[in-house]
Amino acid sequence: MGEHWKWIVGVVVFFVVVQLLISFRALTTYWATILQKACIMAIVSLGLNLIYGFNGQFSLGQWGFYAIGAYAAADITYRWKQGDMAGLAVVLGALLLGVVFLVFRSRGTVQRIGIGILGSTAVGWVVHWVVTGSASPWSYLVDVCAVVTYLPQSVSAQVVLLAALFFGATAAAAVSYLLGLRLLKMGGDYFGIATLGFTMVVKVLADNADSVFPEMKGARGMVGTPQLASWFWTFLFLMVTVVVMRNLLQSSTGRAIISVRESEVAAKAMGIDTARYKTLAFVIGSLFAGLAGGLYAHRYPTLHPSAFHFVKSFDPLIIVVFGGLGSITGTVVASFAWAISLEGLRLLPRGMELWRYVIYPLILLLVMLLRPQGLFGGAELGFLRRRTWPRRDVAPQAGTAQDGGD
Amino acid sequence: MPPRLGRRRMAGTEAVSTGVDRMPVLRTEGLTKFFGGLCAVRDFDIEVPEGALHGLIGPNGAGKTTVFNMVTGLYAATEGEVQFMGQPILGLEPHWITQLGIARTFQNIRIFPNLTVLDNVRIAYHPRAGYTVFDAILHTERFERREREITEQAQGFLAVFGLEGLQDEIASSLPYGQQRRLEIARALAAEPKLLLLDEPAAGMNPQETYELMDLIHFVRDQFKLTILLIEHQMRVVMGICEWITVMDFGEIIARGTPREIQSNLRVIEAYLGKRSVIGRRTATFVQEA
Repeated sequence: MGEHWKWIVGVVVFFVVVQLLISFRALTTYWATILQKACIMAIVSLGLNLIYGFNGQFSLGQWGFYAIGAYAAADITYRWKQGDMAGLAVVLGALLLGVVFLVFRSRGTVQRIGIGILGSTAVGWVVHWVVTGSASPWSYLVDVCAVVTYLPQSVSAQVVLLAALFFGATAAAAVSYLLGLRLLKMGGDYFGIATLGFTMVVKVLADNADSVFPEMKGARGMVGTPQLASWFWTFLFLMVTVVVMRNLLQSSTGRAIISVRESEVAAKAMGIDTARYKTLAFVIGSLFAGLAGGLYAHRYPTLHPSAFHFVKSFDPLIIVVFGGLGSITGTVVASFAWAISLEGLRLLPRGMELWRYVIYPLILLLVMLLRPQGLFGGAELGFLRRRTWPRRDVAPQAGTAQDGGD
Repeated sequence: MPPRLGRRRMAGTEAVSTGVDRMPVLRTEGLTKFFGGLCAVRDFDIEVPEGALHGLIGPNGAGKTTVFNMVTGLYAATEGEVQFMGQPILGLEPHWITQLGIARTFQNIRIFPNLTVLDNVRIAYHPRAGYTVFDAILHTERFERREREITEQAQGFLAVFGLEGLQDEIASSLPYGQQRRLEIARALAAEPKLLLLDEPAAGMNPQETYELMDLIHFVRDQFKLTILLIEHQMRVVMGICEWITVMDFGEIIARGTPREIQSNLRVIEAYLGKRSVIGRRTATFVQEA
């Protein structure tokens, strides 16, 4: 962490300056929204870069996961605002399932904490049973969630937002896991087409969502989701995404993910379970899409299915290719450039606004002609740059090579 | 023929005489592969004892690489059996076979072209990374320790192959010979018991070839490996292998020590055609080899 202090200070200063500009209304809501849109697009596109740029799987499904995240998260906060705790109870149930999974999969402290959580949940359930006379675990979960209402309004809103974002991201990841199991076997263009189909299916489902979830209002668009995603949350989640991506990619797991892109046969010959790492990259990428979708749903008052049309699924693709496949820096820079220029072009002189549909494609054409590898190619800046190791030239002895292999 | 080759062959034959009763690291029985109606490999039986440097030769298209692909699980065999250290491995996923202890290189180099030389080798440590995704994301102490260990060991393998100064270079920017060595270094970093080398000297000039053969010998002794090597240049295998299996049109046509193979008429026929068996060209061939 020590050598990166300049970047940490820079990021914090950037955040504080923008926050102050927003707080003192020096920055219009319009431009604040554009900055937030850039952050949200950066998160979706980073997810796609993990799938396409780093893992080499061409996917057009990112926008479908974005939609799933948006609707799943919006439903939680919408219900909460209406005084319905069912949404939160589902989130809590999902969390407890996750803890059960953790207890089985981990050891040591983590496992003990997990058992503690499950144990106290069970005790709480018994107490709830005795007090209310209802043995139903569902009513127990709903009543636990009702505790949120006793918190001050400003605090409870943030807690509910985090729960909703968590749920949106998890829902997208869960769907992508099931989808990936089946689709990733195809690879190449087939995978791209299949995921495009997925995005179209999700859009149609959103159009007709009201037949199952009336509050989603189907093709009329869902309104009334509380607008809780502030600049603080969008920027924080972008930073979290960037750090998670960086740490993941600079690890052995990241090298395994990248090796699949480089040569699948060679990766297999190196003992890497390529199917597993394709699924992993796909699930993590979709998780980011779901997270971004949740943020989107809490930033724009109307959630309309037309926002999830498959044509829009090319936006993250454009950003990823424009910034450079396999570059985190490139994706973040391109997202901001994309949001600011596309919206900024609206400020063209009166009567010229429509020219943005000429200028924007021209920019894309020129960049692809002059710099086909994207703005950054595979390069990174500063904190995101690959770690370098001092050279060392002592050959291993026959014995020592085997020692570390535990 | 350079004198160095002759000396090495002598050392090789000694190793064979002491190693008759060693346990087979690799054993195949009746290994057969059909591509549609085409029989690429038929009834391939081989036994590679521990510590051997075994050559698999034959003209182009004889089915040598198909054998490698079946042993490493990339191709499903039509028939037959493969045992590694006494354990049947046919039908296992390729990554499992590697993790059991068989590493390989490819005839047309398959390094990870856009990664650095160091990362190419470090990938081989993935099955033994010893930390989870969460360790990586949270940068735990275990992650730091294992990354340092993995890097140091990978650098060690680079040093064996004289690549230590190139660790931060992009792999595809290396000259051909160094890419071949990098591929072998990477295979070694997977810590195999059995190393399969598919034409390691392809495209190298004679000087590079001799150096590589020396290196393969050294590596076998240093890391206590068993090596099975494909080659179609006769002089390469004759120089370093202790035992040779010859294939032609998918079938084994001869086995023996290099000296026996050199004078085997079927081998000469496979390499040079029927007519060359008679007369003076046989003699020239044997000399060249």
